[in-house]
Amino acid sequence: MTWIVRNLWLIPALPALAAGLTALAKRHQRRYSAALAIGAMGLSFLLSLCAFSQVMLAITHGQPSRQVVNFPWFEFGNQWLKLGWMLDPLTAIMLVMVTFVGLLIFIYSTGYMAHDDNFTRFFCFLSLFAAAMLGVIIANSLLLLFMCWELVGLTSYLLIGFWYHKPSAAAAAKKAFITTRIGDLAFLVGMLWLFSQAGTLLFYDQGAGCLEHSALTAMVAHLTGIGMAASTGIALLIFAGAVGKSGQVPLHVWLPDAMEGPTPVSALIHAATMVAAGVFLVARVYPLMAAHSDAASALSATTALQVVTWIGAITAVFAALIAVAQNDIKRILAYSTVSQLGYMMMGLGVGGVAVGMFHLITHAFFKSLLFMGAGSVIHGCHEEQDIRRMGGLSKLMPVTFATYAVGMLALCGFPLFFSGFWSKDAILHAAMGWSISRIPFYLGSLGALLTAFYMTRQVYYVFFGTSRLASHHEATPAAHTAPPTPHESPSSMTFPLVLLASCAILLGAVGTPAWPWFDSFLSGEAPIFAFAGFLEHGILPVMLTSTLIVFLGLALGWWFYGRQPILSADLPDALEQLQPGIFRVLQNKFYVDELYEHTVIRWNSALATFSDWLDRWVWNGVVMTVSNLVLGLSWLARSTDTYLVNTSFDEGCNTVTTSGKLLARLQSGRTQSYLRLVGIAFAALVLVLIWSARS
Amino acid sequence: MTPLSSCLMLSALLFSVGFAGVLMRRNAILILIGIELMLNAANLNFIAFWRYGSAPEALTGVMFVIFSIGVAAAEAAVGLALIISIYRHRKTTQIDRINSMRG
Repeated sequence: MTWIVRNLWLIPALPALAAGLTALAKRHQRRYSAALAIGAMGLSFLLSLCAFSQVMLAITHGQPSRQVVNFPWFEFGNQWLKLGWMLDPLTAIMLVMVTFVGLLIFIYSTGYMAHDDNFTRFFCFLSLFAAAMLGVIIANSLLLLFMCWELVGLTSYLLIGFWYHKPSAAAAAKKAFITTRIGDLAFLVGMLWLFSQAGTLLFYDQGAGCLEHSALTAMVAHLTGIGMAASTGIALLIFAGAVGKSGQVPLHVWLPDAMEGPTPVSALIHAATMVAAGVFLVARVYPLMAAHSDAASALSATTALQVVTWIGAITAVFAALIAVAQNDIKRILAYSTVSQLGYMMMGLGVGGVAVGMFHLITHAFFKSLLFMGAGSVIHGCHEEQDIRRMGGLSKLMPVTFATYAVGMLALCGFPLFFSGFWSKDAILHAAMGWSISRIPFYLGSLGALLTAFYMTRQVYYVFFGTSRLASHHEATPAAHTAPPTPHESPSSMTFPLVLLASCAILLGAVGTPAWPWFDSFLSGEAPIFAFAGFLEHGILPVMLTSTLIVFLGLALGWWFYGRQPILSADLPDALEQLQPGIFRVLQNKFYVDELYEHTVIRWNSALATFSDWLDRWVWNGVVMTVSNLVLGLSWLARSTDTYLVNTSFDEGCNTVTTSGKLLARLQSGRTQSYLRLVGIAFAALVLVLIWSARS
Repeated sequence: MTPLSSCLMLSALLFSVGFAGVLMRRNAILILIGIELMLNAANLNFIAFWRYGSAPEALTGVMFVIFSIGVAAAEAAVGLALIISIYRHRKTTQIDRINSMRG
């Protein structure tokens, strides 16, 4: 076992240490906290590269690519609860992605948050987030993964509500936390079930782990009351956790609201890493998802994977439809993230780990690029987020425009030169060959069309035409001075943009059908380079179809928004003029929030009202009856007391009262002085005991 | 192996820190924190005597401490509720201003 495997824990520990040290820093120590966070992240990045090269070496030398380190945590009864970490291709690739994107976003944040009062707090939370996320990645135990998972949720809550003085941000933070908690509850139940079935929560433990052959066979063979294999039930419960974290339908409502947080947070947590944790979790427990009994054919998908596929496909289209009608630049990207996460889930369901994970990695790069570009736009337009009030920025912010365009083309899946094309094609190709149904393929294609359309709409609104920022400012009576002109962002913000943009282009090269490096890396084989990969069954038609779809989407976007420049911010949307009814439904996000408001939340408050009523009237009534009974009895006792006993005692009582008054002066009513006396007495006792022991 | 006496010293130190906090602080919440420290010193003693005692395999100490932590959690909740209620009535949590129990 090499040095890096033994010390893999350092990768999350360094950012955690940085978070701890930053938490102790004073508010004005900005440079120190930023340097600490970036330094720790940089070191983690270097260590991740070491880990990555270690896995590469193991693969080229034909050694087993998975190495684990387990250690006992604590003893419970006669059982040892073990935790551990592992290094396998999946971990290695995620480590490099998270630390690299994280590092760039840290650098970007120094520019974006430069004017914020709580700069140090921001970096403390960001480092803590990075530590927790890296912990999720290296965990070899579902329990350790769950603990880091919850920490990630906590930091997400803290960062969404970073500007907690804004009521909307505080509400969004609460919504995100509670919604993901619903999924996490199912996750926890699944974890307990898994422990009762497998007796361990370690993933891999020399044949005894819960994802290894013996445990899987036992779980598949064990049928529950309703005739479902235990493994399916557990997999579905764990998937529910992933649904919450990755914003899949029906728990997607929190992710768009999470855009209330600072933009670097949206880029790091709600686009690149945390929301991808759900996808990563499904990839991690993939053996459990795909476990089937020997009787069933290996070709047909398991129930769990079917659910994953359907949820993913539905989410992909659903969110893309909503994104078409949004006006907030970050909200469009948020719905696009939800939609792309749906693609990843679908990819995992139909094509296995490599297909879904490839899209996860490429998406992490281009979506954080898009978010940081959006942040740069917002920064340049003086905190304006409504795309109807932007426009004409391509000349004023050339670097942002160029990098944003790269990100947008990668997201749309523009053919051949952008990474999104290859990863999306891999998913569509796998969906086409799915044995159950062709519908996910059609849904995925529709989603791709919508993606190209709404991104074109956004880019035309933001970067082309004339600037509509001015007209808005003239409308407000408070602005007497000249309207502020948008400006390009500082180099600390544009540098990460350029770096990410080049990654968004180059990364596509590692997963083309001719050189499926990514696929073979994850399965631990050496890649083979062959152009014949393009000629494999069904690949060229899918590539042509998706190319056509992308061009169709771009053309539709141009037809609606590009033909005539958009002149005024108050004009209705081109699509709104055409189909006002449908547009309104989409703009209101299919009324999902309202539906929840009227069902779940109302039931909840009705239940609360009922409990309150029960408490107030039923239980309180019982208590009141008893107390009235006691009151009556005591009234009887008092009358006997007053008229029979009292007078004879009065004299004696007077004496007691006077002495009592004297003694009462000792009672100052300050508990601490009593305690002090007790302390002194105790010290005296100790002294006496010591002294008497000596003599 | 840590000798028993070091454990006891640590717990005595923890107890003294907590006790000093209870005596010196004026803020009710910080006093509550001091009490928690003292409780945990006692828990540490339980664990230490169990671990170095005659029957360390019987898990008695752990059980004792788990119960004690559970009770302490409940106690903290009650204590905080009391402080909040006092604060609502008197608009202060400075303990030396609250002397309505004076004789």
